[in-house]
Amino acid sequence: MKHVLVARVENKPGVLNRVASLFRRRGFNIDSLTVGETEVPEVSRMTIVVDATRTDASRVVHNLYKLVNVIEVEDITEKPAVVRDLVLIKVKADAKTRPEIIQLTQVFRGHVVDVAPESLIVELTGEEDKINSFVDVMRPFGIIEMVRTGIVAMVRGTSVNGHGRVGGNGSVL
Amino acid sequence: MELTGAEILWECLLREGVELVFGYPGGAILPTYDAMNFYPVRHVLVRHEQGAVHAADGYARASGRVGVAMATSGPGATNMVTGIATAMMDSSPVVCITGQVPTLAIGSDAFQETDVTGITLPITKHNYLVTDVRDLARTVKEAFYIARTGRPGPVLIDIPKDVQIARTEFVYPEDPVELPGYKPRTVIPPEDLERAVELINSARRPVILAGHGVLMSGAMRELREFAERGRIPVAQTLLGLGNFPASHPLCLGMMGMHGEAYVNQAIQEADLLLAFGMRFDDRVTGNVKTYAPKARKIHVDIDPSEINKNVKVDVGIVGDLKAVLQELLPHVEPVDRSAWLEQIDEWRDDTRRRDILNWDGGGKLWGAHVIHDIWRATEGNAIVVTDVGQHQMWEAQYYRHERPFTLITSGGLGTMGFALPAGIGAKLARPDEEVWVIAGDGGFQMTQAELATAVQERVPIRIAIINNGYLGMVRQWQEFFYEKRYAATPLVNPDFCKLAAAYDIPAFRVTRREEVIPTVQKAREVDGPVLIDFIVEKEDIVYPMVPAGADLHAMIRRPVEQYEKEVSK
Repeated sequence: MKHVLVARVENKPGVLNRVASLFRRRGFNIDSLTVGETEVPEVSRMTIVVDATRTDASRVVHNLYKLVNVIEVEDITEKPAVVRDLVLIKVKADAKTRPEIIQLTQVFRGHVVDVAPESLIVELTGEEDKINSFVDVMRPFGIIEMVRTGIVAMVRGTSVNGHGRVGGNGSVL
Repeated sequence: MELTGAEILWECLLREGVELVFGYPGGAILPTYDAMNFYPVRHVLVRHEQGAVHAADGYARASGRVGVAMATSGPGATNMVTGIATAMMDSSPVVCITGQVPTLAIGSDAFQETDVTGITLPITKHNYLVTDVRDLARTVKEAFYIARTGRPGPVLIDIPKDVQIARTEFVYPEDPVELPGYKPRTVIPPEDLERAVELINSARRPVILAGHGVLMSGAMRELREFAERGRIPVAQTLLGLGNFPASHPLCLGMMGMHGEAYVNQAIQEADLLLAFGMRFDDRVTGNVKTYAPKARKIHVDIDPSEINKNVKVDVGIVGDLKAVLQELLPHVEPVDRSAWLEQIDEWRDDTRRRDILNWDGGGKLWGAHVIHDIWRATEGNAIVVTDVGQHQMWEAQYYRHERPFTLITSGGLGTMGFALPAGIGAKLARPDEEVWVIAGDGGFQMTQAELATAVQERVPIRIAIINNGYLGMVRQWQEFFYEKRYAATPLVNPDFCKLAAAYDIPAFRVTRREEVIPTVQKAREVDGPVLIDFIVEKEDIVYPMVPAGADLHAMIRRPVEQYEKEVSK
């Protein structure tokens, strides 16, 4: 079971290090961690995927809260949410295989973002499962290089993190 | 008014009520030391930065206030690490201030540069690197707030030299600290309260496990009222000793690895454990799989990450213990638990039969007897600061603490060398109290340089070395679990009396039981620090003992036959 945690943290130097150090020293197993800006400049947002078969997600939440720079943590696993992962795949492609790859890319609603004589780069966004199946489909062509962002997630509806707490003018929370 | 960073630091420290700073100067902290001359603060010069943090820690634990330690960059800061980790593990409010190389030099491997915020990240509650003098005042205020609130702990502020020198308009942030991600609070969901009350009032064999949190929260009165109203016996953690009077009929004493057998028996047979401000440390639980198998568990702690960490509980309440107990108290019913208390008394009788106090010692000097005699001579009124090892456990067993904040010891980290500097800090925090430093011959040597601090600063501590010529606790494990292969545990020690003499500290050597109390009394009359070197039995054991990871009820007990034989001789 994968748990998706969304953490709002202070946008200050070293905060990512604090979070990473926490996971390392507590032995928490993390599948992915993404971090980026939010609607509030002073706040960054982390999406953390925890493999709950190996690490108790609630322990991760409680320990994140112990970090002074962590403002709020939410386990959105059970909430209706939009969850997205982005992948760039560089795949071998010659005149013969190129049309097939492009066709498959279209089926998955991806984009070809680079074309070279012997390869293509495909960009695809979607839920993890979709990305996984696309990667499986590409594998026989020969994957030269691949990078995934790890997932980002947002609860559906007008609420913030499913809390129903919405502030204006950047005064969320 | 325009002030330098160094001046702002002292202005802020004064506003936090700081009267005393333990430290050691050096290049990168020099501007701060220079500015200190103009502020009414007492500086205690230690002999090693580890000692500064332990002393600040001892000061904090004895006074309930935040202790302050100061050091320079690089080696000064890294020397603090053990002290910081000690304070972290025992939730002690300490603020450490370190100098740093100038901001422009950071990252260039400059002379005495160390990434001290990086190094101390996992062992501080929070830390700061101040790169702009305009942030300094707020940072100091936040640091003290974080150190003393919630689950207290050490906070480090690293200040580059140029920030100490830089000038800015000083405006003290008068508003209360408001941190978006740090809001310690007590919220008791009504259903948890209800469930807890139900479990408490229906329990037939409850035991309270009272920890350090009782002291940190100042919930001693509430604990006592709770225990008395419900007729519930109280077992204590090592750091909890003193949170409930040892002479109280409901007091069981210390639980865990070296807790008396009846205490652990009571826990294993209990149908309800009330864990108040403790964290089910492995030294307390033994094998968690077989820990208190018949008991429902209620856990109250200020730190949510402690709930269900080591032991799964039925009700977990997050909050300040005093507030939680005040909520619970009106609902605690006076239930007749005499059968349970009688049962525990029966177990207690068996423990008493094996007690080394029943034995005259066979003409030899035993560590437990020494501690017991210090307790008698000081009428149980001293603040005792212990080191780590056998003497620490004997102290916990045989110095019976009636009052809170009278035992100061390194519990979580088990830091040898803690006692002497922490004792200096404790005595400075509470000058009217009698402070005894009790240390083993091994641990004492780790920080014995602080004898000079006690002399230079005229700190009249009483030092008892329980000297068995071994790293006694490690030797005990080697005896039990490594067939007496004493790898690296025998010690060739200096003559501690001569050592004391080198510092102009009066010292006594005691080798026989009958000399213990008279010598302790003599030491108590000394004006200034004093040392007693107690030469005790070399191969003594702390009984009882739960081997690491074993079931709590699987204790190695003191062999009663041995003593009966000795007594009959």
